[in-house]
Parts: sequence; structure tokens; C-alpha cells
Amino acid sequence: MKINQLSVFLENKPGQLSKPCRALAEAGINILTLSLADTQQFGIMRLIIHQWAKAKAVLEKAGCVVKVTEVVAIEVSDRPGGLAEVLEGIEAAAINIEYMYAFTFRSGDKAIIIFRFDDPDGAIRALQSKGINVVGNVGLYDRAAV
Amino acid sequence: MRLWPESSARAESEKPRMKFPFENRIWDQAEIMPVADRRQLQLQRLAELVARLGSVPFYKQAFARTGLGPEKIKSLDDLRRLPITTKADLREHYPLGFLAVPREKVARIHGSSGTTGKPTFVAYTAGDLETWAQLCARFLVAGGLQPEHTVHIAFGYGLFTGGFGLHYGVERVGAAIVPAASGNTPRQLMLIQDLGAQVLVCTPSYALQIAETARSTGLDPAKLPLEFGHFGGEPWTEDMRLQIERELGILAFNNYGLSEVIGPGVSGECAARTGMHIQEDHFIVECLDPDTLQPVEPGQPGELVFTTLTKEAFPLIRYRTRDIARLDDSPCPCGRTTARMDRVIGRTDDMLIIRGVNVFPSQVEEALLRVEGTAPHYLIEVDRPGAMDEVTVHVEIRPQDFSDKMSQMQSLREQIDREVHAVTGLRMQIKLVEPQTLERSAGKAKRVIDHRREKGLI
Ligand SMILES: [Zn+2]
Repeated sequence: MKINQLSVFLENKPGQLSKPCRALAEAGINILTLSLADTQQFGIMRLIIHQWAKAKAVLEKAGCVVKVTEVVAIEVSDRPGGLAEVLEGIEAAAINIEYMYAFTFRSGDKAIIIFRFDDPDGAIRALQSKGINVVGNVGLYDRAAV
Repeated sequence: MRLWPESSARAESEKPRMKFPFENRIWDQAEIMPVADRRQLQLQRLAELVARLGSVPFYKQAFARTGLGPEKIKSLDDLRRLPITTKADLREHYPLGFLAVPREKVARIHGSSGTTGKPTFVAYTAGDLETWAQLCARFLVAGGLQPEHTVHIAFGYGLFTGGFGLHYGVERVGAAIVPAASGNTPRQLMLIQDLGAQVLVCTPSYALQIAETARSTGLDPAKLPLEFGHFGGEPWTEDMRLQIERELGILAFNNYGLSEVIGPGVSGECAARTGMHIQEDHFIVECLDPDTLQPVEPGQPGELVFTTLTKEAFPLIRYRTRDIARLDDSPCPCGRTTARMDRVIGRTDDMLIIRGVNVFPSQVEEALLRVEGTAPHYLIEVDRPGAMDEVTVHVEIRPQDFSDKMSQMQSLREQIDREVHAVTGLRMQIKLVEPQTLERSAGKAKRVIDHRREKGLI
């Protein structure tokens, strides 16, 4: 149910973004999606990768600071109001969203959004009880492979 | 050796209260001699020193200029009339112009790395080497060393005085030595584990690197056999001591010395750890204002200036160390009657003047260590792009403190910012950088880049 996300610390200097990407490319590891959070002083790159454990080792070998966090992938109808419905459901369950970002690919008429909750297990239970489709590991990576 | 000295009135009054983490041992009775007796010994040795120095051209000329001679040394206050010696004087008389014995009496030559060009050399007679070993034995024993211990020495063995100085001190005490020297930290870890060293000797920053390397290989550094650490060779902070002690699970002791004075062994901590006992039967210490060269008020920080009373090959009068520290001659519960120096808080030439404020790199280090989750690896970069000085502190984050949450990382940065401001009184730009990217070594770490100097602005 939960998906392992890799976060990489980025110093604010030229070449910082390409370093981890190049390391992964050289190891033949495909990045399914990535999102970037940055300030003037530093940044955090978040990556969704099927072979996350291998990717972590590759990145660490390249000198990156890497952290694994569990995030939740949720299917959202790709139509006006689709995301609002899901967010309302999360709100109603009184779950705090740390951050979220959209997956770069769609699945049919659905978009996939990655959510970072403090308590992913609690969030999954609450969301499922509200009929919101939480995408599992296998499902996600299968779709990504399409 | 007896546990408590009986000859010292100072120690008597304090005796029952202090609880030591291990048995308090005294290596040499000279450490506990009555203060008045020691002053008498100092005076006698000072007059002998001045007589011996007539053979060194630098001092011979200075004495001739000022009309000083051994017969003029009537009290210890007369020391103040003797000339000051500086590192520049030693450089001017490169390589061994201060030698006070015939060359064939020299048994060893060490040197300190110069930041510019050639090293400064110092020489030892066989007698000097024995004195040096004894002085190192004193602080090692004060800090818990016992003959049954195994000591891992991760100081460089070479011109640098750290390795050989501690080596012979440990040997005098009768403990076993693993002369690992510096470098190849994974191998050092293996040696410590496999040979079961209880005592670690190196620079404090290298002790932290050993802990870091242990962790990175999945080894809990606190589970190493180490129990004691004797650290020196670079200035460090009290917070850094706590971190070393927590991470390696040891008692960490500070020792001090510089090659020009003799090397390590000039002073070192006892079990009370309230400053480093200065071996005053061999050295006279002064604490002077670096600008006026007048004594500072008691207890105030000043530049330490040493006179070597007993050195044969390379004796120096009033040698300016450029190290800033405080002196304390209050009684110590350990019973030693010697004055103590606090840890070195900076170097006169490390002192940065930023927007008119005096700042020592050690203050930045202290601030960083107050913020939990910041390893003490940092680099201070000073520049003056316009009219104002700007300072950037590069701080390595530790992998375990990295969070995917921006808010948490921002708050770490802000906390560092606040502490740096609180300690130095200055606003500095804080830049978080990846671990292991700032330069470090088993010797002295590079802490400051001052672009103002390159630009000729200071
Ligand atoms: Zn003491």
C-alpha cells in the first residue's frame, strides 16, 4: 500500500541536480517521477523509483544524502473537481498532509498523486473507509511500465 | 605513587569532596610540590637558562642591548625584562639558529608545518627527549593511563611532534602501544577492535571521524573497546568533548603543547578536568595582552607566552604561542599544585575581525554543537563584496539529520543561525552542505577562508 520514496539533499550549487540523476542513469535505474522542493540555500529532491533500494545504494555511493520515507499514492479522477473530492476526504479524516505532488503519468482517465502523511497507515485506513482508491506498489509500478 | 598528596596544603583543604571517575594518580612528585618551593626552583632554573643562552646569538645580542645577564635575575619578576621570542625570530634564524648546544649533542629534530613555505625546526638532546617523555607520562597518568592499557596512537609519526611525543610518554608509563599513525580510518577501526585498545590518542576531530566511519560501516562506535581518549594538536570545544564522549563512550582528556616549547606535554588535564595543569617546574607561563604584551587581569583570556626552563638544545625565552587561553591558579582537587590553563579558545592569527567584532572559529564551532544534529565540520568563508564584511558558514549535515520535510530542514538552518548569532553577536549566512565534502585531516582542519586577504583588503 505504501510506497518508498527517496529524498536527496541538494546543496545550492551548479550541478547538484544532475549528479544524482546521472548516477541513477549510469546504473540503468529509471526514475518514475520526481519532485523538487527548494529554497535559496538548499533543496530536497524526492524520487519515486521501482528499484528504490538499489537506487539508494547507488546514490549513497555517489556521495548523496538519501532518506527513505513511506508515501501514499492515490488515484484521482482526471476531471474538474477530482482532486478536490480526494482532499475533502482527507480533510474530513483530519489527516495532515506534509506535502504532495502529481505523478508524471496518468492511468487511463485517472491521475496519480503522491501524498506524504505523518502516519501513512492511519491515512490509508481512513482513506479506504471513504472509498478513495489507494494505489498499491504492484499496481503503481505496473501502470508505470505501460 | 600515592592516591592523595600529603605535602600540599592546597590539596588538603579540597581533598574529600571530589569524586573521580578513576583512581587519581600522580606520576611525578614535582607535580605536587609546594608552590613556594617550585617558584624557588623556577628562579634558580631561570638564572641558569639565561647563563646558558649566552651561546645563542639572538639572545646574546638581546642581553647585550639591554645589559641583562644571569646575575641580574634576582626574582621571577625579572622575567618581564627579558626579550620576547616570536615564530618570525625562529624563521629568521632558519633552520637551527637558536641551537644552544653543539650540533653533535642533538638527538632529534622535529618541525612544525609552516602555512607559508618552510617548516620551523626544533632540536632535542637525549636529555630533552627524556624530559619530554616524562612530561607526556605526567598528563597521560593524570588522565587515567595505566601500565596494563593498550594505547592506539593515531597521530602522525614524523616531523610533527604529536606521534613521537605521546609514543615515548606511553612507553615510560609501561602501557602497550599500537603506533597506527594517521590515515586509513577503516584500518584504524579494525586495529582498535582487534587489538582491544582502551586508550585513543589523536586530534579531537579525528576522534569524531573515527566515530563517523564506524557508524558508516554499521558499527556502533560506543561498542569499541576504548575507555579513555587523550586529544590535542588543535583547539576544540567543551561541546565537542561531550560529543566525542557520547559517541565513543569514553572519557576524553585535553592536552596541550607546541613543538617550539617542547611538543605535547606542556600541559594536560587531570581527572577533575578543570583545566590543563602546566608543568611549571619546566616552563614559566605568562598570559599577555597580544597588543600591549602586558599581563592580562587574572582569569582573563590572553596570549600564552612560555619560557622553557630546562630544555637543553632549543631553549626559548618568552616564546609567543599565539594561542589565546585563560590561566587559573586556584587549588585543584587532584592535589597537583601547578597552575592550569583553560582550553585554547583561539589563535591570535585565527582571530577574525568581522565588521569590527573579534570572532574566533571556535565560537562558531561552539554554536554549531549546541544545535543537536550538526556535526562539527564547518568552514567559515569571509568576504567583503562591497563595503561590508559578509560571512558564510558552510555546515555539513549528518545523514541521520536529513529530513524529506522542508519545514524540518528550514528549522535546522534557523536554529544554527540563531546560535551563531547568540555566540558571536554577528549574523552569518548559514549554508548546509553534504556530509564529507569539507576538507578534514588527521592533522589540523581548515576552518577559515578569508577572501579579504586574497583581495588585499586586510
Ligand atoms: Zn588537577
